[in-house]
Amino acid sequence: MEHARVLRGVAGVAGFLAAAEIVGATGLIDDRFLPRMSAILRGAAELLADQEFLADARATLAAWGLGLLLTVAVAVPAGLALGALPPVERAVRPLIEFLRPIPSVAVVPLAILLFSDNLHLRVAVVVYAASWPIVINTIYALRDVDPLAKETLRSFGFGPMSVLLRVALPSAAPFIATGIRVAAGTAIILVISAELLAGGAEGVGIYIMEAASGNRMDLMLGATLWAGLFGVLSNSALVAVERRLFRWHDARAGVAR
Amino acid sequence: MLEITDLVHSYGSHRVLDGVSIRAAEGELVCVVGPSGCGKSTLLRSVAGLIRPTGGRVLIDGRPVERIPDNLAVVFQDYSRSLYPWMTAANNVALPLRRRGLDRRRRREAAMAALDQVGLADAAEKYPWEMSGGMQQRVSIARALAYRPSLLLMDEPFGSVDAQTREDLEDLVLRVCAHHGMTTLLITHDIDESVYVGDRVIVLTRSPTRVAADLPVDLGRSRDQIATRQLGAFVRLRAEVGRLVRGGSPTPTVLEKH
Ligand SMILES: Nc1ncnc2c1ncn2[C@@H]1O[C@H](COP(=O)(O)OP(=O)(O)O)[C@@H](O)[C@H]1O
Ligand SMILES: [Mg+2]
Repeated sequence: MEHARVLRGVAGVAGFLAAAEIVGATGLIDDRFLPRMSAILRGAAELLADQEFLADARATLAAWGLGLLLTVAVAVPAGLALGALPPVERAVRPLIEFLRPIPSVAVVPLAILLFSDNLHLRVAVVVYAASWPIVINTIYALRDVDPLAKETLRSFGFGPMSVLLRVALPSAAPFIATGIRVAAGTAIILVISAELLAGGAEGVGIYIMEAASGNRMDLMLGATLWAGLFGVLSNSALVAVERRLFRWHDARAGVAR
Repeated sequence: MLEITDLVHSYGSHRVLDGVSIRAAEGELVCVVGPSGCGKSTLLRSVAGLIRPTGGRVLIDGRPVERIPDNLAVVFQDYSRSLYPWMTAANNVALPLRRRGLDRRRRREAAMAALDQVGLADAAEKYPWEMSGGMQQRVSIARALAYRPSLLLMDEPFGSVDAQTREDLEDLVLRVCAHHGMTTLLITHDIDESVYVGDRVIVLTRSPTRVAADLPVDLGRSRDQIATRQLGAFVRLRAEVGRLVRGGSPTPTVLEKH
């Protein structure tokens, strides 16, 4: 099953690349605006030896990692507090409903005004944007914790805090992890968006802008390709971690993978 | 040991318990039997301190139940929801022992001893979802035993297992309760089971619920799934409980015998 899925995915991507190359070769599209697929792939490969690009990639990854770490540190406790205290959740809900639909990229200009340091700016934007999926998932997961599971611990004389940490949190953990995975994807998008909008000295977004202004479309799209690939890889890695960590959840839900 | 006096409970305007009084002496195994929905779980929750009854009094060892007592353990019917799937059997059993201030090693020892008592020494490292229903309910029972409660409450503990497993678990409970000298309140809707397991059977009426009868079970402490159920005394008592559960009035001859 797993093999077939991977095979189909590879076939799909290869088919797309081949189609794009053929369209390029027919001369329908001017190479100066959109390089051939083979040129983009060559550009992407070249980037692996490009010290400047590697430094930019490291900078982007650092902002991403730091931002995600901070997001988890802020959003999980916030979600727990809101999930465990329904009155507080009801009070905060209108604010959440108002802020959440605002496209996160729209806060970048505000962040530019607030932060002079470029790393701080990117991290702040990530924390704002990536917190939502974690907070929302945590609230809903806590609401769905089996009352009998909580009552069992309560019957042994454990207080509300113990019940929260020993029953509610582990029960909710698989859903929180899914929220973190979604947040990781959002975070990479936001770091690069912030780099594109705010400029600065380093980052994949900066590299993309510079390649574009230097008319190196192949390098620009090559860098974009790497950004996309990173998103896919981090997602798969987190899925693998979830499966290992929450075997009990899948086993109980009867999920066949 | 346990004194429930005039217990009244209403959910909103719906009166479920309408003055229930039950007493259990030290070491006694009392079965409470009643029709589905008559408030058996409500009664158990009140005794466990999980809900605050509308009226009446519950005393354990002479002390009123206000908060959740620390000398009591509960076994619920729904083992699959009451055990924690992210923990092994041993860790499930050991968890409540944190309340006893035991260190990790002592908790582990106590958990292994309790699992051994219920015949699951080999399954300590299994997860609940790797076990059959009967095994899971054994883990729940082990968890209660390890906690060393002086009062054990069981809410239809064998309601979700097959007939053979049910008999095994009934005998297990008889054995461990006698061994530990625990006072036990076992709630069931199974008439046969109440007579087989109990030292006494309390029959509840339909809601608004009162005690219909309080019947001693004169079958001795050692019971046998086949032989006991064939005894004349067992058959008569089972018939009497059956009639009472269906709303009949007590038969004087059966009561006179005691
Ligand atoms: N939390 C609750 N809120 C409202 N009604 C309840 C609640 N729990 C139980 N009831 C009602 O009280 C009655 C007795 O319930 P319960 O104690 O569970 O009975 P039993 O365990 O004997 O089947 C039922 O009619 C049930 O619907
Ligand atoms: Mg019930």
